Amino acid sequence: MDFDFYLSTIWSVLKALPLTLEIWFFGIAFGLIIATGLTWLRASGYKSGEYFTRAYVFVFRGSPLLVQLYLIYFGLSQFDFVRHSPILWPILRDPMYCTIVAMALNTAAYESEIFRGALRAVPVGQIEAAKAFGMSAFTRFRLVTLPIALRLALPAYSTEIILMTKATALASVVTIMEMMGTAQKIQHDTFRPIEVLTCAGVIYLLLNLSIARLFAWVEYRLSPHLRPPPEQSQQIKPVPEVL
Amino acid sequence: MSANVAAAAQAASSPDDKAAISVKDLRKCFGDHEVLKGISLEAHKGDVISILGSSGSGKSTMLRCINLLETPDSGEVRVDGELIKMKQSRDGHQMPADIRQVERIRANLAMVFQSFNLWSHMTVLENLVAAPTHVLKRPRAECLEQAEALLKRVGIWERRNYYPPHMSGGQQQRAAIARALAMNPKVMLFDEPTSALDPELVGEVLRVMRSLAEEGRTMLVVTHEMGFARDVSSKVMFLHKGEVDSAGEPKEMFARPPTPQFKQFIANFNK
Repeated sequence: MDFDFYLSTIWSVLKALPLTLEIWFFGIAFGLIIATGLTWLRASGYKSGEYFTRAYVFVFRGSPLLVQLYLIYFGLSQFDFVRHSPILWPILRDPMYCTIVAMALNTAAYESEIFRGALRAVPVGQIEAAKAFGMSAFTRFRLVTLPIALRLALPAYSTEIILMTKATALASVVTIMEMMGTAQKIQHDTFRPIEVLTCAGVIYLLLNLSIARLFAWVEYRLSPHLRPPPEQSQQIKPVPEVL
Repeated sequence: MSANVAAAAQAASSPDDKAAISVKDLRKCFGDHEVLKGISLEAHKGDVISILGSSGSGKSTMLRCINLLETPDSGEVRVDGELIKMKQSRDGHQMPADIRQVERIRANLAMVFQSFNLWSHMTVLENLVAAPTHVLKRPRAECLEQAEALLKRVGIWERRNYYPPHMSGGQQQRAAIARALAMNPKVMLFDEPTSALDPELVGEVLRVMRSLAEEGRTMLVVTHEMGFARDVSSKVMFLHKGEVDSAGEPKEMFARPPTPQFKQFIANFNK
């Protein structure tokens, strides 16, 4: 085994980690914003909002992310109005921005479905209790619906984030030299695919391991009520006969 | 009719005497099924009214119409003399005209549910403090102090930092009653508070409710506990098929059932 080659490859790929993380972070951040909007639109009760979100989810969940990325990067620049737009063109001529846009649009479709499911799974009785105590719709949402829905959404959301981590590798096909792009370049230069791709794979694995651990920790912190109580043995006094 | 007019005149002349809850001719349909067929009820300060009836008689729906968890199709609800304003929605249904008014009135009508409905992601103490701080805008420290006192009163102070899923049904329901008390409500609404409990846990909840009745709280209690209805409440109301079948003094009602339906109903319970 050529340890020096492994080490130098790992080092080269790791140098591209910040770029991968940048795509990842902005992709999921904008994705979360869009998903929040979609979820709100879906829950708003307007028929047109529901049709729009259903169509959105159908398109962006139903087609490959790679196709969406190609269409955004290679496809949209075919239109004159895009090339002449002072807002669209600076974004769409840049492969980095295009990747972030594609990832955000794609993950938003999945996330909005996750959030919709979580909102629907909040026990009706607990929302009713909040109503019965005079809480306004906003207070109800902030104190009861949202905290419960977030906990319900977390496991599926963390899976989606891990999928997005892996999806950053697609950026390499639009010339971004993130981890996958860097690995491919080394592979082409050295003709040693096994070593190079193993290094890249291991780094992705470790990255996803830490993301999964992070979410597991957040989930653990947020759900003490789903674990056994801390001091089971404590004796409870009976209700006094005379109160 | 003249008695009603006299009562109304009296209510107008002495505001202290006005009914804590007054419901007139409440109607409610679920689809084709008419659940409430014109129900009226009056509860004065200090009244403990037990609302009895077999399943499907509309008793829970009536209670839920009072704090607008269900929207009645017609009829009026007054709390402390204040009419809950309703309006017609575009599809012809009735709906609250002023949601702020409804929220303000709900804050005065604490409710205890059959399935407790404690907020599962909050500890017992947080459950008790949430509504007083966020709805009544009272200072948190003061609410915490009151919450601890209430939990001592219902006997679960030791469980104050527990989450609801970690407690028995009886403890959860006592916590739910304490949560209701923390609002200093004018009227307490109980929707079958012991129906979801194991038989051996019913007693501890009833004991708490009895002590509330004894200190003169105004309570509307939908229940199947005949003992509570007979011994604790000041008035019993029996609903049958969406109508008030009979109502009156508990001892009198149980000793001499005024209608065959009520007689049949309590006979089924004594079996």
